[in-house]
Amino acid sequence: MLLDVKNLKTHFPTQTGLVRAVNGIDLQVREGAAVGIVGESGSGKSVLSMTMMGLVPSPPAIISADQVQFEGKDLLKATASEMRQIRGNRLAMIFQDPMTSLNPFLTIGDQLSEPLLIHKNLTSSQAKKRVIELLASVGIPDPVARYRSYPHEFSGGMRQRAMVAMAVACGPALLIADEPTTALDVTIQAQILELMQSIRQNEGTAVILITHDMGVAAGFCDEIYVMYAGRVVERGPTERLFAEPTHPYTKALLSSVPRLDDPPGGRFRTIPGQPPDLTNLPVGCAFSPRCPYVIDTCRKEVPPLTTVPGESVAREKACFVEIRGKEAGQ
Amino acid sequence: MIRFVFGRLISVILTIWFVATLSFFLIRLAPGNPFANELRGATPEVTEAKKREYHLDLPLREQYWIWLRGVVTGDLGPSMKYRGKTVNEIIRQTFPTSIALGSVAMVFAVVLGMMTGVIAALKKNTPIDYGLMAVAVFGISLPSFILATLGIVVLVFWARLFPLAGWETYSNVLLPGLALSLPFAAKISRLTRVGMIEILGEDFIRTAHAKGLSERQIVIKHALRGAMLPVVSYLGPAFALILTGSLVIEKIFFIPGLGTIFVQAATNRDYNVVLGTVVVFSSLLCFFNFVVDLSYTFLDPRVKPVSGR
Ligand SMILES: Nc1ncnc2c1ncn2[C@@H]1O[C@H](COP(=O)(O)OP(=O)(O)O)[C@@H](O)[C@H]1O
Ligand SMILES: [Mg+2]
Repeated sequence: MLLDVKNLKTHFPTQTGLVRAVNGIDLQVREGAAVGIVGESGSGKSVLSMTMMGLVPSPPAIISADQVQFEGKDLLKATASEMRQIRGNRLAMIFQDPMTSLNPFLTIGDQLSEPLLIHKNLTSSQAKKRVIELLASVGIPDPVARYRSYPHEFSGGMRQRAMVAMAVACGPALLIADEPTTALDVTIQAQILELMQSIRQNEGTAVILITHDMGVAAGFCDEIYVMYAGRVVERGPTERLFAEPTHPYTKALLSSVPRLDDPPGGRFRTIPGQPPDLTNLPVGCAFSPRCPYVIDTCRKEVPPLTTVPGESVAREKACFVEIRGKEAGQ
Repeated sequence: MIRFVFGRLISVILTIWFVATLSFFLIRLAPGNPFANELRGATPEVTEAKKREYHLDLPLREQYWIWLRGVVTGDLGPSMKYRGKTVNEIIRQTFPTSIALGSVAMVFAVVLGMMTGVIAALKKNTPIDYGLMAVAVFGISLPSFILATLGIVVLVFWARLFPLAGWETYSNVLLPGLALSLPFAAKISRLTRVGMIEILGEDFIRTAHAKGLSERQIVIKHALRGAMLPVVSYLGPAFALILTGSLVIEKIFFIPGLGTIFVQAATNRDYNVVLGTVVVFSSLLCFFNFVVDLSYTFLDPRVKPVSGR
C-alpha cells in the first residue's frame, strides 16, 4: 500500500469551540491508483490533504492518528526536514486556484525549477532543460519562450498546466489534487483532467482527486471516498458506488447532481437541512438530522465504517440502515 | 518604457520649475533683505550700488528671468553673504557631506527596519513581535532631534563610545546617522512586518511549502520581494524626509553640510543660496522618486509602465 491512513484527526481549537475538521479518517491508496474524495464544501477535504502534506501548523491544530504511512514511513512521526524531503518530491500537491497559487513575482521557469534544484540536485542548466521538457509535456506551446514568462502572462488553464508540471517535476509517487478544476471553465476542466490521467498512465503516479463534483470524480477515479463532517461515510469502486449507493448521504449527493432531464431553469437540487456545525456535532451519526432513513440508533451511536454485505467488490459504509432497494421513509 | 521615462522627465522638470519659482517669489516677498545688517546706517548711494551689483534694483520679473536663465544654464548665481563665492561652489563643498549623512541614515533605516520587520512578522503575536513594535511606535513618534540628544547623552557622555561632534572621522557619522535613521527604521519596520504577514498568508506561499522549500528559502525568495513593495514606495518620501531632517541633525552635531548652510542662509536672507539649495534638493528628490517608480516596475512584473513593451 502506497498510502495507509488510520484514524486521522485534525482539530482546530477556536474561540467558538473545537472545530473537528477531520475526525477519524481511514484512507488507503495503492500505487498508481486514482482515488476520489468527494463531499460538500466544508466536509474537511482540504484539511485532510493539507494534514497529509504536513502543511497544517500544529500547534494550534491538534493532529493525531494511529498511522499515516506513506511509502513505508509514518508521516506524522517524520521530522520537519524529513517532511521537506518528501514534499514536492515523493508526495506532491496541486491546489484549487491557479490564479493565486503561483508566485506573481517569479518567472514560471524559476518556480518550476525549484523542486528539481532542491530534490534532484540538478544544476540550473539541467533544471532549465528539464523544465522546458515538462512545459512541453503538459501541452504549453512554445515552452522555451514560456520559461521566461510570469504567471500573469498565462491564462488560467495554462497556469494549472504549469502547476501540474511543477507538481510532477520530481516524479512523485502520489499526487494530491485539491479541486484542481473548480476554478476553471468546463472545456479547460476536461483538458486538465485528461492531462492528469495521462500522467497517471505514463508515469504510474497515484492520484487523489478531491472534488465536490460527483461527475468529475466519476470520470476520473477507480475508487471513491465520500466524506461528511470530517469522516468517511462510504467508500467503494466508482461504478458500484454510483450504481447503488449504500449511504443515504451518497445517495443524496448523487441525486443532487443536475441532470439533462431536469426542467430547464429549475433550481439545483440540494440536500435538505443544514450542513453540520463542526464545533457541535450531533450525538451519533453526523448526518442523522438530515437523513430521510434515520432510525433511533443513528441518534445514539456513531456508525463505524464496515464492509457492505452481499457485494462482489470491496465496499464499506458507515450506516446502520440498509438502503439498497429502499425509498426514503420506507 | 522610453515613453514612460520621457513623460516622467517632463513632469519632473515642471515640478522643479514650479517649486523654484514659488520659492523665488516667496523669499523676495519675505520681510528683510540680504544687506539689512551689513549696510545698516550706510548712505543710500552705497545701498543702491550694492543692490545693483546683485540686480536687486530691477523689477521683480526681470530679476526672476535673470535668475532662471542662470539656473537653466547651471549657474545658481553669487552668494549675497559670502563674498566672492558662488552658490555652485558652496553647494559643491557642503552637499557631499549632507548626502553622506543622509545615505548612512538611509542604509541604517533600511537594514534595521527590514530586519526587525521580518523578524516581527515571523514571530507574529509573540513577545518578540510586541517588543519590536512597541519600540517602533516609540521611534516613529519621537522626532529625531530628541533621539539625537538622548543619543549624545547616553553614548557620548556616559558610554564614551562616540566622539561628540564634528566631521573628521568615520565614527563621526555613526551617531548622527543613527539618530537620523531611527524614525525611518521604525516606519520601515512596520511596513515590512505588515507586508510580510500579508504575503505569508498568500496561496503561493503554501505552494512553496508544498514543493519542500525551507522556511528560510521561502522568506528570502518567495516572500521578501512582495513584502518589500510598500517599503520601496516609501523610500522616495523617506529620503526627502531624511534630507530635511538632516537640517536639524547637522546643527546639533555641528556638521558642515548643506543643511547648516541652508539654515544660515534662510536666517540672513542669502536669496541665491536658499534658492540654489531648494533647486538642488527638489531635483534630487524628484530624481529619487523617479528611480523608485522605475525600480517598482522591475520588482513587480505585473506593473508595466506603459501598455506594450
Ligand atoms: N485553520 C483552521 N482553523 C479553524 N477551522 C478551520 C481551519 N481550516 C479549516 N477549518 C474548518 O474546517 C472545515 C473543513 O474545511 P475544508 O477542509 O477546507 O473543507 P472542504 O475542503 O471540504 O471544503 C471548515 O469548516 C473550515 O472552516
Ligand atoms: Mg477545499
